[in-house]
Amino acid sequence: MNSSQLFGITTLTYLLSSAFYIGLLIFKNKKIGLIGLGLAIFGATALTAALGLRWYESYQLGIGHAPLTNMYESLVFFAWCTTLFYIFLEFKFKIRVVGAFVMPFAFTAMAYASFAKGINQQINPLIPALQSNWLIAHVMTCFIGYAAFAVAGGLGLMYLLKKSAVNRGLAENSLTGGLPELKIIDDLTHKTIIFGFMWLTAGIITGAVWANEAWGTYWSWDPKETWSIITWFVYALTLHARFTRGWSGSRIAWLAIIGFISVFFTYFGVNFLLSGLHSYGSS
Amino acid sequence: MATKSKNPVWVFFASVKLALFLLITLASTSIIGTVIQQNQPAGQYVQQYGENMAGLIQMLSIDDMYNSWWFLALLGIFSLNLIICSLERIPNVIRIIRKDNLTTNPERLHKMRLHKSIQLSGSPAAAQQAVTDYLAGCGWKTKSRDKENGPLLFSQKGGWTRFGVYIVHVSILTILLGAVIGSSNFAQKVLHKPDFAFKGSIMVPESQETDFIFAFQSGDKIDLGFTIRCNYFTIEYYDNGMPKTYLSKVSVLEDGRPVPLKNGETVHNLEVNRPLTYKGITFYQSSYQPYSDFLVNITNTNSGEGHTHNSIISEGKQIEFADDNISFGIINQETRGEAVQRVKIWFTDNQGDPSIFWLNNDQEAVIERPSGEYTLRVKQLYATGLQVTKDPGVWWVYTGCGMMLFGLFVAFFMSHRKIWAHVYEDDGQPTVIFAGSANKNKVGFEKIFTALVDGFKESKKV
Ligand code: HEM
Repeated sequence: MNSSQLFGITTLTYLLSSAFYIGLLIFKNKKIGLIGLGLAIFGATALTAALGLRWYESYQLGIGHAPLTNMYESLVFFAWCTTLFYIFLEFKFKIRVVGAFVMPFAFTAMAYASFAKGINQQINPLIPALQSNWLIAHVMTCFIGYAAFAVAGGLGLMYLLKKSAVNRGLAENSLTGGLPELKIIDDLTHKTIIFGFMWLTAGIITGAVWANEAWGTYWSWDPKETWSIITWFVYALTLHARFTRGWSGSRIAWLAIIGFISVFFTYFGVNFLLSGLHSYGSS
Repeated sequence: MATKSKNPVWVFFASVKLALFLLITLASTSIIGTVIQQNQPAGQYVQQYGENMAGLIQMLSIDDMYNSWWFLALLGIFSLNLIICSLERIPNVIRIIRKDNLTTNPERLHKMRLHKSIQLSGSPAAAQQAVTDYLAGCGWKTKSRDKENGPLLFSQKGGWTRFGVYIVHVSILTILLGAVIGSSNFAQKVLHKPDFAFKGSIMVPESQETDFIFAFQSGDKIDLGFTIRCNYFTIEYYDNGMPKTYLSKVSVLEDGRPVPLKNGETVHNLEVNRPLTYKGITFYQSSYQPYSDFLVNITNTNSGEGHTHNSIISEGKQIEFADDNISFGIINQETRGEAVQRVKIWFTDNQGDPSIFWLNNDQEAVIERPSGEYTLRVKQLYATGLQVTKDPGVWWVYTGCGMMLFGLFVAFFMSHRKIWAHVYEDDGQPTVIFAGSANKNKVGFEKIFTALVDGFKESKKV
């Protein structure tokens, strides 16, 4: 067994898990949801093993480094964080259907990493600029943040769906009937954003410290840095709108979605559409 | 505050609406600079966007928008907003923290969201003692005051956490202040001391030294106040040809003599991610330049004291060292890209045929000659490209970053918690009512409160 087989198994498991969670949403059968959860846990376990194995393999190649150094590895790590964060939420808040809005993100990340053209799956040695412990700290903190924002985006979407169903007076047995109450989704979105905001802040800070160690400038307004601060502004705005102006509900749900689009652009758009220091990510 | 808050300018800057507006504006204008490439020559904008757009770009300094007057002004207003908004609110926070919670009317305890009454036996005085001891045992030190119908006890924790938000806001200001202190524009244009803070670079060939650098953008010469020498430069590669290490061995000289550096030695191995800081100036490995010349190092090992000649030579040139009566030249070379792999050496001590042989770059050869033994090393000459930074603001920035993380943690995850207990007689029976409140994380506090009260009930049963 090598790590790429395990990554394959994870991708498949995540697909099945997403399917079962969506099944739960549609049929509201508790057993289906339980299978979805079981698959998510199994997939996360396989992915943990795969990441560990890939790490080990890199040492066998004589270029040992944590599996956090290129687009492929970061996508996989994103999927890993998202699932673990979601499983934690499910156990803490007992909201199983949310999986229907989260597991597809994790699956998409895995599938994209595995199948998209131009994503290099090889374990490569690190160029001098990437040989820093700050790289590990930076990627980990950023991606924990991104994972939380992905979940918050999913929750925002869920809120809007439920809200529109409630507004149209749809009956309890309709598709959205199984979703948690609006107030609960709203509260969870908020908590998730707070969690993500802490980690994004830490991610930007560790990135700045690293840049200062490697290049002598902690901030150079390169497009990726700029987009990360734009994202940070969006979430700071969301938090302030809630704390100080009492925003909640649909507005916060929209902001959670806009925030995630900004995260997405920071992560992908910048690599593919703009140029800058972080272009290693596109390899 | 009351008089000040009538001042419309103050009111404007104290408003949270302005903060939201500024956050949106900063976020959306920041996008421009990620789409339009920054700091390009003027001609390129004309080519890419046409005359008119290029004119607009120049007028609004969009080619360097994050240093433009309007972006800096936005950041300035943002700072002012933060300062005044916080100043406006801090007195209120202090009032809340200082508040005498023993003036609370005991009747109000019954109306609080979290409250619980428990009947006790024994004398009221004993009951008060039991409650006080129990709360103190759980880490809630109480103060008490006698009310008409029995004593009121109060205890609180984490009042200071109400400042968490302001720690965050001050941290933002600290970071911005650090950015100003470390800005070369500020050093040049405001302080008129360009060597206070700068960013620049310099190329130093191996075996050479410099005591100045060139500032970025302006290209001005800036004196370092000491000398830095590049002793050696090399690049190592992985098997697949990717670069593994860029290494410069550098020394700092004062009055011509190498000084001990932080590692205790006089040579620092400068690599990417391993900068050297000396007297507040930091050197980073940032680029390199191969030359077509060679560094030659010949030692006559017979003469005991190791007579060494160092020299720089180019291909096809011959050098003589008259005192040892030797001549030396490089007659051919093999390169990969710009990097020399090996060189063909011509060497003679003017006794018998010359030695001619290939030698790998930067490897030592021992040559046996009629006149004795010589060691020889030939290395392609490189210059190391150093980025040089003096940023006295960076510690402000780092301090601000630390404060921000701490402040966010306090603001999001800690709360100001209060507990009251009132001991009174209900139908001749001593009774205690507990009540509590927290300004944040109310669900978490409810658990703590319930456990506290249940624990008290338990202890009374025993
Ligand atoms: C123009 C700039 C800003 C202004 C005027 C401002 C103002 C405020 C105000 C009035 C509050 C509410 C305080 C209260 O209700 O007691 C607040 C809370 C907060 N602000 Fe800001 N803020 C600004 C920027 C930021 C930024 C950029 C951040 C990003 C980290 C931030 C982080 C926070 C946090 C974490 C809270 C905590 C809310 C709570 O837990 O009660 N602020 N801000």
